Amino acid sequence: MSRELYKFCLFVQIISAEWGDFLNRQEYIEFAESRAKRTTSLKNCIWAFVVGGFICVIGQLLVYAYMNVVKEEKTAYSLTSVTLVFLSGLLTGIGRFDKLASRAGAGTLVPITGFANAVASPAIEAKSEGYIKGVAAQMFVIAGPVIVYGSASSVIYGIIYYISMKIAGQI
Amino acid sequence: MKNQLLKFNSSYLHQAASVVGSKERQGPLGEKFDSFSEDDRFGQDTWEKAETEMVKRTVEALIQKSEIEWDDIDAFAGGDLLDQCIATSHAMNNNGVPYLGLYGACSTAAEGLIIGSLLAEKGFTVGTVASSHFCSAERQYRFPLEYGSQRTPTAQNTVTGCGSFLLNSKKSDVRVKEAIIGRIQDNGISDANNMGAAMATAAIDTILRYFKKTGRTEKDFDIIATGDLGQEGLELGKEYAKSLGLILGSNYVDCGMLIYDLKTQEVGAGGSGCGCSASVFAAEIYPKIKNGEYKNALLIGTGALLSPKSIIQNKIIPSVAHLVCFERV
Amino acid sequence: MEFDILMLLKAFLVGGALCLIAQILIDKTKLTPAYILVGYVCSGVLLNAVGIYPKLIKWAGAGATVPLTGFGNTLAEGVKEAIKKDGAFGILYGGISATAAGITAAILFGLLWSLLFKSKNK
Repeated sequence: MSRELYKFCLFVQIISAEWGDFLNRQEYIEFAESRAKRTTSLKNCIWAFVVGGFICVIGQLLVYAYMNVVKEEKTAYSLTSVTLVFLSGLLTGIGRFDKLASRAGAGTLVPITGFANAVASPAIEAKSEGYIKGVAAQMFVIAGPVIVYGSASSVIYGIIYYISMKIAGQI
Repeated sequence: MKNQLLKFNSSYLHQAASVVGSKERQGPLGEKFDSFSEDDRFGQDTWEKAETEMVKRTVEALIQKSEIEWDDIDAFAGGDLLDQCIATSHAMNNNGVPYLGLYGACSTAAEGLIIGSLLAEKGFTVGTVASSHFCSAERQYRFPLEYGSQRTPTAQNTVTGCGSFLLNSKKSDVRVKEAIIGRIQDNGISDANNMGAAMATAAIDTILRYFKKTGRTEKDFDIIATGDLGQEGLELGKEYAKSLGLILGSNYVDCGMLIYDLKTQEVGAGGSGCGCSASVFAAEIYPKIKNGEYKNALLIGTGALLSPKSIIQNKIIPSVAHLVCFERV
Repeated sequence: MEFDILMLLKAFLVGGALCLIAQILIDKTKLTPAYILVGYVCSGVLLNAVGIYPKLIKWAGAGATVPLTGFGNTLAEGVKEAIKKDGAFGILYGGISATAAGITAAILFGLLWSLLFKSKNK
């Protein structure tokens, strides 16, 4: 059916107030989506790159600082993560994190800061429902999937690794 | 009859009151609202209680402005966006007035006006109320407030605001002339961040049904105001209407775009929520009908009837639009 | 580990690039942040499995460990070590035990913040 004819049918159906399945949904969705302004991508990308990079630089500086205290590199990296979790939780608490994130987007989402915010924000928010059913129960409502699929994929990898090691005769 | 027009003979919109939050106060209509709270918590410890408090203040403002007592009101009808309309139910607690709870999402204000007019026709003195609160809606429908996320430009900002109306059969300046009850439409849009697009077709459908039924055209009205289509929905609606032969001109506005300054206030495509059309109609449009600036006005309350669960299930958004026609007597 | 200004630059570039990829995915596809995060953690595990990620960490330090792919890498690394130590039983505890510090910190601090703060006016 041509577009004009389709529109005419639409019109007739409406003025006659008979309601069939008049609307071509697919066409409407495509129309709505094609005209919907997408986020100004270049600006977002620059923000994400700069903020994300900057957070990692802070991380690296923390690693250097912790290397003075601990011996193992691995421990220094862990402590760095913990510190960043602390800092972004604090920013969340004083109501600053969401303002930064609304500009930085993936720049704050992808580093461990995004994970910390995803844990801290529902925890703070759910205070009104109490500490058991609210804070504790809601804490992983956003960050939960990361833990679930992270550990699940590590188990799958573990199985593959174990079998391949067995075959190679190294265990 | 599928396409029944409701005609009223003796329903009058007697008074309107509105209360808003801080962001709405900073908007272009800021001065016109009856009162506002700098603190969006309205002095309460939870966001839900804040919304209840806002509803209470609005209803009290309405009673004060109308110079009546609680006892003079025969019934109240109202609702909000929260699960089971809990904010309004709490606000109506213990005031002794018979109460009808309404849920029409963002179309609640228009739905209330229709129910109110029907009751006023029977001689009732009826109050209606519709409210929404950004913070309580955000935590119910989207993310915790402190969660860092980016909004797409088509997303709308829930209005922290409440509008309340008093209807009766006593002759006054603003008459409720006609109404059309909307029918549920789904146009395939399931993106909760593009509710304007979901509601646009419902709004146009209702307007066209009304014009068809009454024989009037868009030129017969000084203002045609949709509830909360936002910029995206307004433009989509205009284009959609054009494809159906209806040209909407400069008298066609959207409450969601009036309440904020879209350029400076970072609200995406505009305001949304029950409180949007309710507070804008109470503070901006109703006074202008009353002082004669608008002789004939249409309010089309648009509602995207989604729920937190339906968003997660990625269900198509059913939309509805109720139309109410006002006339300066 | 010696302080190295070049390392900071490398951390900036790698960390920034990982965020940039995610931003492009969010803007250009329908993937929501939740999917991106899950995707990043799983790819971290995968990249460790094929041996790329440890090299990236050596090269860019925190630029590779701070993004969530680093979390996935730690999970995979933990599993490998646990298997070497305890055999098949390590499959179960290796991942989480290696990342336990971060997760526990997030939980503990989450509790702390909920005691100290309220959500603000928006």
